[in-house]
Amino acid sequence: MSVEPHRLIVPKIHSGTVIDHIPAGKGLRVLSILKAEKIRGQRIALIMNVESRKLGKKDIVKIENVRLEEDETNLISLIAPTATINIIENYEVITKRKVQLPSRIKGLIKCPNPTCITNAPNEPVKTSFILISRDPIKLQCEYCKIIIGTEGMVLVGKL
Amino acid sequence: MGFVSFRGKDIISILDFSKSDLETLFERAYSIERSKTRGLNVLRGRIMALAFFEPSTRTRLSFTTAMKRLGGDVIGFSSVEATSVMKGENLTDTIRMLDAYSDIIVLRHNLEGAARYAAEIAENPVVNAGDGRCEHPTQSMLDLYTIYRLFGDIDGLNIGIMGDLKYARTVASLSYALTLFKPNKVYYIAPPPLKLREEVLKAIEKRGLKYEEYDNIEDVISLLDVLYVVRIQKERFPDPMEYERVKGAYRITLEFLEKNARKNLKILHPLPKVDEIHPKVDKSPYQAYFYQAKLGVPVRMALLTLIFGVEV
Ligand SMILES: [Zn+2]
Repeated sequence: MSVEPHRLIVPKIHSGTVIDHIPAGKGLRVLSILKAEKIRGQRIALIMNVESRKLGKKDIVKIENVRLEEDETNLISLIAPTATINIIENYEVITKRKVQLPSRIKGLIKCPNPTCITNAPNEPVKTSFILISRDPIKLQCEYCKIIIGTEGMVLVGKL
Repeated sequence: MGFVSFRGKDIISILDFSKSDLETLFERAYSIERSKTRGLNVLRGRIMALAFFEPSTRTRLSFTTAMKRLGGDVIGFSSVEATSVMKGENLTDTIRMLDAYSDIIVLRHNLEGAARYAAEIAENPVVNAGDGRCEHPTQSMLDLYTIYRLFGDIDGLNIGIMGDLKYARTVASLSYALTLFKPNKVYYIAPPPLKLREEVLKAIEKRGLKYEEYDNIEDVISLLDVLYVVRIQKERFPDPMEYERVKGAYRITLEFLEKNARKNLKILHPLPKVDEIHPKVDKSPYQAYFYQAKLGVPVRMALLTLIFGVEV
């Protein structure tokens, strides 16, 4: 008799979004930056440390009934550059796409420079970073011009 | 034309300008220098608001003089009043107020990016007069104009920049400005903890500026046409002993220049200087920093007339 001990029972979803190929351990972080109002009340599965041919191990996030748009999912690449987005309808994958960082990211990343205007306590100014290199990811603060990588990056707010 | 690219524009970063923009500015500054400008009234009825959150004498007075020589008026505050007058008010509201009262805002602030942010709020032009360690574009306009006036050209020169290259905003702006021209080479001289910041290096590399970095001025002094000196501050060193050890190596004396420098070397400095240049140099032919400071007025006059789109 054969058993499949590594198989987790997570059913296929009827419709919604599957974020696949997330590097193992990053799934929770990906989940945490999704817009709360968009996914609130939906059935969500976070599957961690699944065997993967490409990554060895990976995480997967499944969200029922929600179709995440490209501009929302693209920012996932800050945390999980290998992630793929599958839009599901009627148990079928109708769109499959890779995440790709946009050339400008507003209001999501905290600037690590303490004397940047975006860190002034009482100013209503959102951070804004320009993508200056994709591999490795390098971003430049539009205000103080500091260049940062994804290592140690602090995300504030949601997508 | 260059004329169009200044009109109504914010002056935030020198990287927002082209070589021909700066040449337009230089031509305008030169014609202002030659004409007797007392009584020019082209900016009559215009008001400049000075918002200086950080102490400055030279830049503030030079903007004030430039505006008044053009017949305009000046309002505003300097750091001393800023702490009491603006009690608790944020920069956003201060800029809104000044924008409503004036036709142009000149801002100095201790935080990087403050000028860019102010420009997003204000409808009228904002001029960056220094934002933290980031930039000081009008200083580099006058720095380059000084070199242009001294040598007739910027292309082909060997330009040394020495001192605190990491925190001095004048160094960042001057480096960006030099990428618009073709100096033969730029030599950066600084102790290891105060070398150029990553973003400045990246920008000058991307724009193809030819440069080399050195620890010691002795290694390059004989090559230089221009030496731009900025102060090294003790507070910038994580280890005060390190400061004590290196400070002497970044001081310029007349003996050193006479022994090593080219006869026609010119020394520039954004001022105020403390002890990084020996007072004996002040009276030598190498000194060009007082001339440089003087040119601050015609350059800022030229800039204001271009921003307001008036002929002189
Ligand atoms: Zn910043």
